[in-house]
Amino acid sequence: MSERFDRQIKYESDLDLNFAHQIASFPGGERIFDCIQCGTCSGTCPLSVYMEYTPRRIIAMTRAGFKDEVVRSNTIWLCSSCYSCTVECPKEIKLTDIMYAIKRQAIRENIWPKEFKMSPMMTGEFFKLVEKNGRNSEGWLMMNLYMKSMAVGDALKIAGIGMKMFAKKRMSLKTEKIADPAELRKILDAAGSEMELIKEGAKEVVHG
Amino acid sequence: MTATETPRIGVYVCHCGINIASRVNVKEVVEFARGLPHVVVASEYKYLCSDPGQELIRADMKEHNLNRIVVASCSPLMHESTFRRVTAEGGQNEFLFQMANIREHVSWVTEDEGEATSKSKALVAGAVRRVAFHEPLTREKVPVNPNVLVVGGGIAGIQAALTMADAGKKVYLVEREPTIGGHMAKFDKTFPTLDCSACILTPKMSMVKSHPNIEMMTLSEVAEVHGYVGNFKVKVKKNPRYIKEDLCVGCLECIESCVYKEAKFPDEYNLGLGKRKPVYIPFPQATPQVVLVDPETCLYLKKGKCKQTCLEACDRKAIDFEQKEEISELDVGAIILATGFKAFDPTNRLPQYGYGFYPEVYTSLEIERLLNSAGPTSGELTTKSGQVPQTVGIVHCVGSRDKKTNVWCSRVCCMYSLKLAHLIEERTGAHVYNFYIDMRTPGKGYEEFYERLLQEGMRPVRGRVAAITDWAMTPEEEGKLVIRVEDTMIGVVRRIPVDMAVLSVGLEPQPDAKEVRRRFNISCSPEGWFLERHPKLAPVSTFTDGVFLAGACQGPKDIPDSVAQAGAAAAEALALIDRGYVEMEPNTAWIEEELCSGCKSCSGQCPYNAIGFDDEKARAMINEALCKGCGTCVATCPSGAARQKLFLDKQIYEEIRGVLSYV
Amino acid sequence: MKYLYYPGCSLKVTGKPYEDSLLAVFNALEEEIEEVNDWNCCGATAYSAVDQMKAFALAARNLALAEEQGGEKAELVAPCAACYLVLNKTCHSIQDYPARVGLQVKRALKAGNLTYKGTVNIRHPLDVFANDIGLEVIEKRVKNKLAGLKVACYYGCQIVRPYAEFDDQHQPMTMDNIIKALGAEPVNWSLKTRCCGGSLSATVSDDALSLSRILIKEAKRRGADIITTACSLCQFNLECFQEKLKQKGDQPGETEIPVAYFTQIMGKALGIDEAKLGFKQSFMPLETLF
Repeated sequence: MSERFDRQIKYESDLDLNFAHQIASFPGGERIFDCIQCGTCSGTCPLSVYMEYTPRRIIAMTRAGFKDEVVRSNTIWLCSSCYSCTVECPKEIKLTDIMYAIKRQAIRENIWPKEFKMSPMMTGEFFKLVEKNGRNSEGWLMMNLYMKSMAVGDALKIAGIGMKMFAKKRMSLKTEKIADPAELRKILDAAGSEMELIKEGAKEVVHG
Repeated sequence: MTATETPRIGVYVCHCGINIASRVNVKEVVEFARGLPHVVVASEYKYLCSDPGQELIRADMKEHNLNRIVVASCSPLMHESTFRRVTAEGGQNEFLFQMANIREHVSWVTEDEGEATSKSKALVAGAVRRVAFHEPLTREKVPVNPNVLVVGGGIAGIQAALTMADAGKKVYLVEREPTIGGHMAKFDKTFPTLDCSACILTPKMSMVKSHPNIEMMTLSEVAEVHGYVGNFKVKVKKNPRYIKEDLCVGCLECIESCVYKEAKFPDEYNLGLGKRKPVYIPFPQATPQVVLVDPETCLYLKKGKCKQTCLEACDRKAIDFEQKEEISELDVGAIILATGFKAFDPTNRLPQYGYGFYPEVYTSLEIERLLNSAGPTSGELTTKSGQVPQTVGIVHCVGSRDKKTNVWCSRVCCMYSLKLAHLIEERTGAHVYNFYIDMRTPGKGYEEFYERLLQEGMRPVRGRVAAITDWAMTPEEEGKLVIRVEDTMIGVVRRIPVDMAVLSVGLEPQPDAKEVRRRFNISCSPEGWFLERHPKLAPVSTFTDGVFLAGACQGPKDIPDSVAQAGAAAAEALALIDRGYVEMEPNTAWIEEELCSGCKSCSGQCPYNAIGFDDEKARAMINEALCKGCGTCVATCPSGAARQKLFLDKQIYEEIRGVLSYV
Repeated sequence: MKYLYYPGCSLKVTGKPYEDSLLAVFNALEEEIEEVNDWNCCGATAYSAVDQMKAFALAARNLALAEEQGGEKAELVAPCAACYLVLNKTCHSIQDYPARVGLQVKRALKAGNLTYKGTVNIRHPLDVFANDIGLEVIEKRVKNKLAGLKVACYYGCQIVRPYAEFDDQHQPMTMDNIIKALGAEPVNWSLKTRCCGGSLSATVSDDALSLSRILIKEAKRRGADIITTACSLCQFNLECFQEKLKQKGDQPGETEIPVAYFTQIMGKALGIDEAKLGFKQSFMPLETLF
């Protein structure tokens, strides 16, 4: 019987009203409150038609505090960073940067839709490779990714293309490396945790 | 009192409700003021501009025998005149008063209470030390010339001119185009009543032409403006029409006989959608009913070689190829600016909508002409290939509400888009979509008109159009324009194929608004809209006395609002004229003769030509009637002989000392 | 003038033909170009999704190295669209967010004994060819006029959006003009900057596939013989999944079209040996087109 009374209503107490302010404090998030819900972002987005919530709805939900729904949505993993929304927005909201900020939140919280696990996984593998070697090795990235995803079917599906790439000398398992990756890690460590920085710099006057 | 009498100063700090008091610790400022030199009383009040507030000052002046007043409150623009009057009513000269602006300069722009209070104290200290050196001054009364200049012959200018002319004033109406009528003359119907634009406008146009008190000057522009409120001297440049206006009766025989048998030049009045000859009349009801010759396309005027068949055809000998530009000088007491707006041109500015790229993308103004029975197609709406459109998409907010083009809402587009939707559906039977961000219909009968359109089956889609392309994904889209938009009410992205797309373009300031602003010495917003003196309480006045605003030159406006504002501007101008005189601000400059070395540095710098030279004494002299108190000569004079009332060195130095002594 | 070259990871592997043809074209046009020593990954789209600050520091190291090597006003050529965008974005963010990004990047670089003064000019090869070298020079150097070849110029997203100033974001023309200078005929289409799916092809392949399919179909509908790209990921997405489209039910020929780097086409017109242009590395033979 309970499912017949599934509540459709969203209570204010379920919302995180601070979420939008947190997103707004990241570089690029500052104009989120300017949105007039015109839908230009969704109209111009080539992937919005596959998304659970269109970019416009993500902005509206973020502002209203629907943090759980936003962070768990597939929208952020379907954003290809093509920047159409960012350049078309009549209020100059940097939507692509906002998508990044929400993705980071999802990665920090370790949540994403199951069928989209490849996206955060690839992001993580890429991050690790670059942190280790200073460069990405495309062959190894793909190998690691498909080994890890354990989706044999998937691996086989793209194996054909992969083999062809190897044959055409457009894929290799040579590890690309900079001279001294340890030196680069020093730089990355000194860049610090972005969360702390945001707290520190949130009052800065934005010129962009 | 005399200047030598010991100053007895009263200081009054205003709360302005919470406008000032929420940031500035008013009590502390009052306490501080009590300790300043010559201050006899200092007190605070919630609203000093109110009657009891004013009475407080007047009573104190009597009781404490005050001879100088300082009010710390809002901007002098707002209430300087109020408190000068209060000072006069309290028995002192009105110029023994000084204002400190602790609202616009402090509380509205300072977050921190401590900083705000400190800055207020510094400003009060400056004002107190300054006012101690103020001297009584008198205003000069100057008579007002009763003639009026109206610039711009659109509906606002026409309305203002007729109102004043009916009141018996002589009106000069200057219009840059060959005919009056402005944008309204191009429309087919007007919202929300759908009355025919020409039917309601053209009677007013002919009234202008025939009114004994109106001198209409078309093809004319104001070139220079000198003088001041009540006594402006205006130079008007009239471009040659190559037609003697008083002889031409508008028989159009010359057009018939022109060596160009076919009309082949783009017709400006129809936005290039129709064609005209070198000699033409903009539209049938043009006022004046007189043809003109375009020097850019007339063979004779351009190359000097033509059979001049038009000359023979005109039996009244009205054609005059020798006409030259003429300058006339007008003396007027007041000026009304009604220079209108420019419709946003989407060419290259919004490439995603394909205007200028896809032939079936039109601007709303072009559709107005195509729907107009006096337009290039006699009111028939077809695509460029001659087909009656089956579906039409009207795109709102083109060049409005967009940081990349114009940030403002243009106010008229929602309503005219609904009107166009109605007319298109009525004439062609097409399905018409309206793509809007917000449907804004705040006006009498406007919401009802929206409801009527919904009942008529207009298809509303809430969403700003992302792109218009000819990229076809399905067979139904082949050969059509495809509008891609998120239907934000439903939450899905849609592709809608249409035969025609109409861009509802917004309103922009005229491209030369900034030059015009300088010519009339008024202010404009950064975008170029002329700035009213106060957005609520002085909406048709400017910061230059005697110059008033009417219509869309001040901001986007529809016809009813333009007409109402034109009436208001006319009333303000009439009030000025009928009073008969103006009192001048006594902040003019003079020359201390014994200090002047006769170097003439000042005279070349004066922007108002107010400085002459007395050859006998070899001294400069300032004509106070022409001086506008800009202070340039004072700053220029190497020997300190040029001085300015209300801005004497000692007054300014004291003010600076006052501010600095606190900081 | 000597240009500095920032290859990025892709141009060394999947985009090798892009690197080979680009350098060959620079050589043929007698322009000097030199690789930045010890460059590292730009961070691409993935790094920003983990830590934005580290992403900026990562990119900034390359800028610092370029400034060191090329001196002030170094012209840094970044052919890969993602690299071009990330480097530009880093520069803009350092300026736009002086406290949150600028200061922090400075601190990070200091830890690696580097500084960046902000003088490097980031350029795309399209910009360099059209605006520095000039279309007339290119036209003069053409040895094999590509008459009759219909080309759909595909710019992708990140070259023109959101930072590039050298071309229009909706209807860019730089590549079209270069193609015209080679004697070929660019086709007019409105999807020049519509996304190909980018890195989504590795993670959500079905949706990404539809994006590539839309582009290929429209290019063919406009009568193109070939699509040219200026990004290794675009080239990969558009070329390498054509087989898969057929498996998914597209008719033979419906979504088949050669996809080349614009530099490969330039090289061909400039008379460079096909072997030096990586023609053999394409899935679909390019040789037969000429």
